[in-house]
Amino acid sequence: MDNIKAKLTVKSKSSKREMNGKIISMFCTTIIVVLVISLIGFIASKGIAIFVVDKVNIFDFLTHSVWSADKTDSQGRPLLGALPMIVGSFGVTFLATIIATPFAVAAAIFMTEISPKLGNKVLQPVIELLVGIPSVVYGFIGVSVVVPLVRKMFGGSGFGILAGTFVLFVMILPTITSMSIDALKAVPRHYREAALAVGATRWQTISRVVLKAGAPGLFTAVVFGMARAFGEALAVQMVIGNAMLLPQNLISPASTLTSVLTMNMGNTVMGTTSNNALWSLALLLLLMSLLFNSLVKFIAKKGTL
Amino acid sequence: MKKTWLLVISFVSLIILTGCGNSKEETITAVGSSAVQPLTEAAGEKYSELNKDSYINVQGGGTGTGLSQIQSGAVDIGNSDLFAEQKKGIDADKLVGYQICVVGIVPIVNKELNVDNLSLSQLRKIFSGEITNWKEVGGPDLAITVVNRANGSGTRSVFENSVMNNIETKSSQEQDSSGMVRQIISNTPGSISYVALPYLNSDAKALTIDHKAATPKNIINNDWKIWAYEHMYTQKNANKLTKDFVKYILSDEVQNDIVKKMKYIPMKDMKYQKDINGHVTPIKR
Repeated sequence: MDNIKAKLTVKSKSSKREMNGKIISMFCTTIIVVLVISLIGFIASKGIAIFVVDKVNIFDFLTHSVWSADKTDSQGRPLLGALPMIVGSFGVTFLATIIATPFAVAAAIFMTEISPKLGNKVLQPVIELLVGIPSVVYGFIGVSVVVPLVRKMFGGSGFGILAGTFVLFVMILPTITSMSIDALKAVPRHYREAALAVGATRWQTISRVVLKAGAPGLFTAVVFGMARAFGEALAVQMVIGNAMLLPQNLISPASTLTSVLTMNMGNTVMGTTSNNALWSLALLLLLMSLLFNSLVKFIAKKGTL
Repeated sequence: MKKTWLLVISFVSLIILTGCGNSKEETITAVGSSAVQPLTEAAGEKYSELNKDSYINVQGGGTGTGLSQIQSGAVDIGNSDLFAEQKKGIDADKLVGYQICVVGIVPIVNKELNVDNLSLSQLRKIFSGEITNWKEVGGPDLAITVVNRANGSGTRSVFENSVMNNIETKSSQEQDSSGMVRQIISNTPGSISYVALPYLNSDAKALTIDHKAATPKNIINNDWKIWAYEHMYTQKNANKLTKDFVKYILSDEVQNDIVKKMKYIPMKDMKYQKDINGHVTPIKR
């Protein structure tokens, strides 16, 4: 009797194992969550310092275009206007995405609808190769090939948003392409069969059925491409010229949020206004990537309805 | 159970591996100004050859990094182009500073440009944005592309203190390293920038100012005005290796050999001195 009772109440080996597994995975998850929260908390606490301590107006921060932490306005507040960087960041991001999307979608259509065999053999490896190239290599090619080319064709010094756009175009192309391929592959086969059955041509099937059904996935791909472009630092910094001026045109030197960060980190002292101002830019970047992420979530939700 | 053991073993080996460096070898880290980095590296290598168990780890990162890292005690030596007092947020009283050499900074232009000389006021006007075309200073009809160093860079501060006379530089292209500046100048027609003398090579053309070249002789006599001290800062209670290494750099052995070879100027050679406000006075001997 006792024997049976003991057997039933004492934990078996496998239930112990399950318990251990649970504890370990809980522990790891907690660490990740704590890490993310403290990261966001840290950046936020540093990033709001210039608004709280130095009393910079948040509206001025977003709309003024003089960035000089050492100088102050009539009320003794440091001149911190991030507009040139914000314009630069959005400029390269949108332009690169606009150029890259048609190419990416076309490549995805080719791979899923027109010639999957050739696509798998040639296109897939090429795209994977593009993903694997480190961004410093893109930047190096940008400085030594793209910038002189832009200078020859459009004048100016060659450094600017246009050069940044070209470099980013190549960098986000594989991201958008591979995600577009997944999106189109996910369109159920019977949609295509039904279209063919009612007598649609291949082009009609692609343009009216496959692209429509895959639209949410394609949008997600584009947003991911934008997020990648927005966050890219090194390659853009090498070709954009890093002038904290509102870009007059596409070939005048400009700057992005990320390029200013990488440029100036080493020259500021922790705790000073100029350092805190950089943290504010980092916070802005973080908020933007949160926005991109929620955009993706939102599109995915819409798509399933 | 096997997995538990694997976990334990990997943790233990991690701890052992981290502890590996603690054998007899002693290491110090010097971080900061890229203008003095080549000198620190060369001297560090020589020092390690002479003292087998010592290793000097040298990193760049900029004057700001050097000063903030030494202030927080994260490194043993902070290299700086500026006096610590000149940098906001640095408490100079807590640090010990050594002036280890003098470095000249020289304006450079694209090699194709047929301008060899500028007056100091012309140079100032180019960087303030008053002069925007090379024809205004006797060159070809070509727009001037000004390439600056990042705001807060030591080299830029020195250049501005010696050239700009409190006139603001116009916002323009900025680059975060001397190497990058040099490459852009060599590729871009009509561009102008400035680098520390040790970084000058055949990629770009050095300008003379008021027909004086940036030679050691001219710097020693203050005929070339754009120069500054290179500083090494340590904590007050620096360890023996740190003190010893600074002493080694200040020794004649390094000053007369590596320092001169790398186009820096030894402290002892200078006939003029500059105070923290940029006032230059002859040294009385």
